[in-house]
Amino acid sequence: MDKRKYLIGDLMSYKKISKYFLDNSNVSVGDTITITKTDIEYKGILLDRNDNSEDGYIVLKLDSGYNIGINIENSEVNLVEKGNKPKIGYDNKQIAKSDKKENISIISTGGTVSSIIDYKTGAVHPAFTAEDLLKANPELLDLANYEVKALYNILSENMKPEYWVEASKSIADDISSGSDGVVVAHGTDTLHYTSAALSFMLETPVPIVITGAQRSSDRPSTDASLNLINSVKVAKSNIGEVVVCMHETLDDSSCLVHQGTKVRKMHTSRRDTFRSINTEPIATVKNDNIIINSDYSYFKRGKRDLRLNNDIEYKVGYIKSFPGITNELIDYHIDKGYKGILIEGTGLGHIPDYIVDSIKRAKEENIAIVMSSQCLYGRVNMNVYSTGRKLVDADIISGEDMTPETAYVKLCWVLGQSNQINEVKELMNKNIAGEISSKSSVKNFLN
Amino acid sequence: MDFDKLGLKMGLEIHQQLNTMHKLFCPCKTELIDKDYDNIIKRNLRPTQSELGEIDRAAYAESIQKLNFKYESYNSETCLVECDDEPPYSLNEEALEISIIIGELLNMHIVDEFHTMRKQVIDGSNTGGFQRTGLVATNGHLDTPYGKVIIESLGLEEDACRRIETTDDFTEFRLDRLGIPLAEITTDPSMHHPEQVREVAYMIGQILRSTNVKRGLGTIRQDVNISIEKGARVEIKGVQNLDLFNKIVENEIQRQLTLIEIKDELKSRNAKVIEEIYDLDEIFENTESKILSSAESIKGIVLKGFGGLIGKEVQKGRRFGTEIASYAKKRGVSGIFHTDELPAYGISSNEVEKLKKSLNLDENDAIIIVAHNEKIAISALEEVKKRANLAFKGVLEETRKALEDGNTEYMRPLPTANRMYLETDIPSFKIEKKLVKSIKDNLPELPDVKKERIINEYKLSEDLANQIVKKGICDDFECIIPSLKLDSITIASVLAYDIPEIKREGHNTYNLDNNKLISIFSLVENGKISKDAISNLMIKVCESPNSNIEKIAEDNNLTLLSEDKVIEIISEIVKNNAKMIEERKMSAMGPLMGMSMKKLKGKADGSLVNKVVKDEIQKQLNT
Repeated sequence: MDKRKYLIGDLMSYKKISKYFLDNSNVSVGDTITITKTDIEYKGILLDRNDNSEDGYIVLKLDSGYNIGINIENSEVNLVEKGNKPKIGYDNKQIAKSDKKENISIISTGGTVSSIIDYKTGAVHPAFTAEDLLKANPELLDLANYEVKALYNILSENMKPEYWVEASKSIADDISSGSDGVVVAHGTDTLHYTSAALSFMLETPVPIVITGAQRSSDRPSTDASLNLINSVKVAKSNIGEVVVCMHETLDDSSCLVHQGTKVRKMHTSRRDTFRSINTEPIATVKNDNIIINSDYSYFKRGKRDLRLNNDIEYKVGYIKSFPGITNELIDYHIDKGYKGILIEGTGLGHIPDYIVDSIKRAKEENIAIVMSSQCLYGRVNMNVYSTGRKLVDADIISGEDMTPETAYVKLCWVLGQSNQINEVKELMNKNIAGEISSKSSVKNFLN
Repeated sequence: MDFDKLGLKMGLEIHQQLNTMHKLFCPCKTELIDKDYDNIIKRNLRPTQSELGEIDRAAYAESIQKLNFKYESYNSETCLVECDDEPPYSLNEEALEISIIIGELLNMHIVDEFHTMRKQVIDGSNTGGFQRTGLVATNGHLDTPYGKVIIESLGLEEDACRRIETTDDFTEFRLDRLGIPLAEITTDPSMHHPEQVREVAYMIGQILRSTNVKRGLGTIRQDVNISIEKGARVEIKGVQNLDLFNKIVENEIQRQLTLIEIKDELKSRNAKVIEEIYDLDEIFENTESKILSSAESIKGIVLKGFGGLIGKEVQKGRRFGTEIASYAKKRGVSGIFHTDELPAYGISSNEVEKLKKSLNLDENDAIIIVAHNEKIAISALEEVKKRANLAFKGVLEETRKALEDGNTEYMRPLPTANRMYLETDIPSFKIEKKLVKSIKDNLPELPDVKKERIINEYKLSEDLANQIVKKGICDDFECIIPSLKLDSITIASVLAYDIPEIKREGHNTYNLDNNKLISIFSLVENGKISKDAISNLMIKVCESPNSNIEKIAEDNNLTLLSEDKVIEIISEIVKNNAKMIEERKMSAMGPLMGMSMKKLKGKADGSLVNKVVKDEIQKQLNT
């Protein structure tokens, strides 16, 4: 029944010396033991040890609750009491449904928002299922009925494009089975790639809300709770789009709702890390209110029929330009048979002029090359400087005001739709899911 | 009180701030900040499942209160780590080293590897909802006049936020104190007499002061565990004043004994807590009690067989009703009324009679009344019911707060081991044997030993030596003294009294480093200035720390006058007082000496002045 896939391996285990020592002493993790050295004796529960730590030590949880590491040199272990490795997670209680409430699907993919500490070993595992999320946040039950699904269980840095395909399929299934809204719990590192991918793959009649957390759910200060609760409110709302819902500020008081294609993780650790780039957020969620930004046009609930188009091209490269970049980087991708390359250029969309030759070569090989800017804010314009014009001549495609990440995801998707460069170019420059705006507003900078 | 007969057992827990450059897990300074904050951050906390799958009872008790918190933060003095918006940095090794020194001085066994843990605390005092803490050492001991006391553990942990304000809606904290390293020293509960606890607290305090720890108000905090044989373990937090300690212990024993008495009485009366919560609005419709008439709703519960016991004193000035009220207060009411104290507070005897009649009560029953909005009133009464039911258990394991009058007040249930789990953001830290050995070989001298030594070595008075040690300036004193021939008592008194005094007057004495002090003392030694001029010269040096000290003395007229000049001035004074000398002969010496010293203060040596005055009077008499 466990649908969880791609489960990461157990990161905790004893290495050679300690393992030999423990095996010989006939004790295992979870047992209460004493360890006696010449000048001291400790009693406690034997715990697992992090893989990255030095061999020759064992970890004990003392009665006081403290863990300590003990060097096993010249020591003797005795079993006091056999113990069990305790199970992690909440009891599987049945959750009652009500006709009066909306049906919301929660899909977990792993990451901080759905991670749980393995208390015995002390590691944070993304082993927390969507079901557990509900149980850890019982107030969610007042808001809706839930279908919960643990799609996979990975940290978002390990996310791959094939997972977007699978997620989009799973979401489409939920919507066709009558879901009134979908919440996807996701790791924050690559959350904006996934939100962009789902935006291109799904035309949706109901809200699809992607959320995450910067502080893990095992701590009392976690931001997961507010993000999840507000995401469910958005999933019940009138916004028929793929959106991201995360903390607005460092306060636990409101969340912003961002367009799935115009959002980016902008801080390594802050709760308010997700910001709308080159646009404003669609809405703010505060207490029970969803305050829609009146300047924003979006698809309302029920406006579109469900349509899934998740054909994508996996062989797309992503290269950042920098002083000292060489042709090799581009040539490598050409030689390896990449079908498209997203370049994160400097300024208005530049790479050194000596790279242009490789771009021309790519063009000859029918490889689509898209230019975006590492400035993140603003629009690509390759007509201003001579290098830019050389790139235009080489038929490089402008990423307009898309973030480089969105442009990359879009290129994967567009190449899944067509392998004709002219069609690719046309699709890349056409607004599909709110990723390209026709003009640049004074307002939208560093918000 | 016969402590032995009562089976009194006490343990001590001492928290001491360490004087490190940086906080335990971030680079912020370890100083409190008194200027206006730059930002306010609003947060909520929620209890999480503990590693044993249970929610810790202390965390749970806090969770059902309102958990709205505000944090005052600063743009440069605090950082994202204190805001819980950035993972902690690596362990501060300076703090760990100070802890190892303390552990060695307490004859403890240092752990091989330090693991940082999270201790769940969701009263808002830690932004993460937990305090980071780790075990540094175990199995120590201290020899006291009352016998050996076992030091169970030494922890290294983060201090909590400073509480600034508590209102009905939120609690406000300042982030400045959060993360200052604290050493936590716990003794075993083997002490049987309050005097012994005081002695141990004093001895541990002396040991701490010989290491690099913070000094001053709030930098050291003592908690005491107390139990008697028939009672239960109670932890009393924040015993600042050790002089109050005996009283706190006696009051706590009294409280435990009375609670046991109440328990026995309740059982013999077959007492019972009635579940139902009654609406009392009608009975108090026309009440003259301002509190009742202004409340949105008035509710009450019946405690069968509790009559007379609610009003019973458990500590001087605190009744069993106060104990019950402190539980109710956790739910936002400012207090409760109980029939043992009524009629009072504007509630008439008529109303009390009506109340008893309508609820069908007899003499032995009690009613608890709460006035607030309906939700809070009900939730407060639920707490009252809970506490009343617990009365059948006698004494409860609680964390209590020491009050200034020697009483204590309920804070929360004692935490269980469930509240501790691993801090996954910080790798374990291996404590090298080499490090421990080098620390052990260079342990600081303990204050008492140091005091005795400097008394003998430098012929200081007990009082002067005491000041030098207490003020932590012994190192400076012993650094200065070898370069000088000046007497050690003069040097010691300048360090112990004069410098603190000019500091109090507002001068920047940080500018007086040891080299400057040596230069100043050398001027005295070489007869350039008098001892009396030291303070004035130090003040001038504080003002212009970069100028040449001898030049400062000259420019400010602080140097000694030549003997000729002294004779000239005194002879002038003597001439002007010729009449007095004629009348009083040599006994004019006193007043004339006074006049001369006043004129020459700091500009001539006293013994010279004395000699010249004498000579000049003789001369005058001989003319």
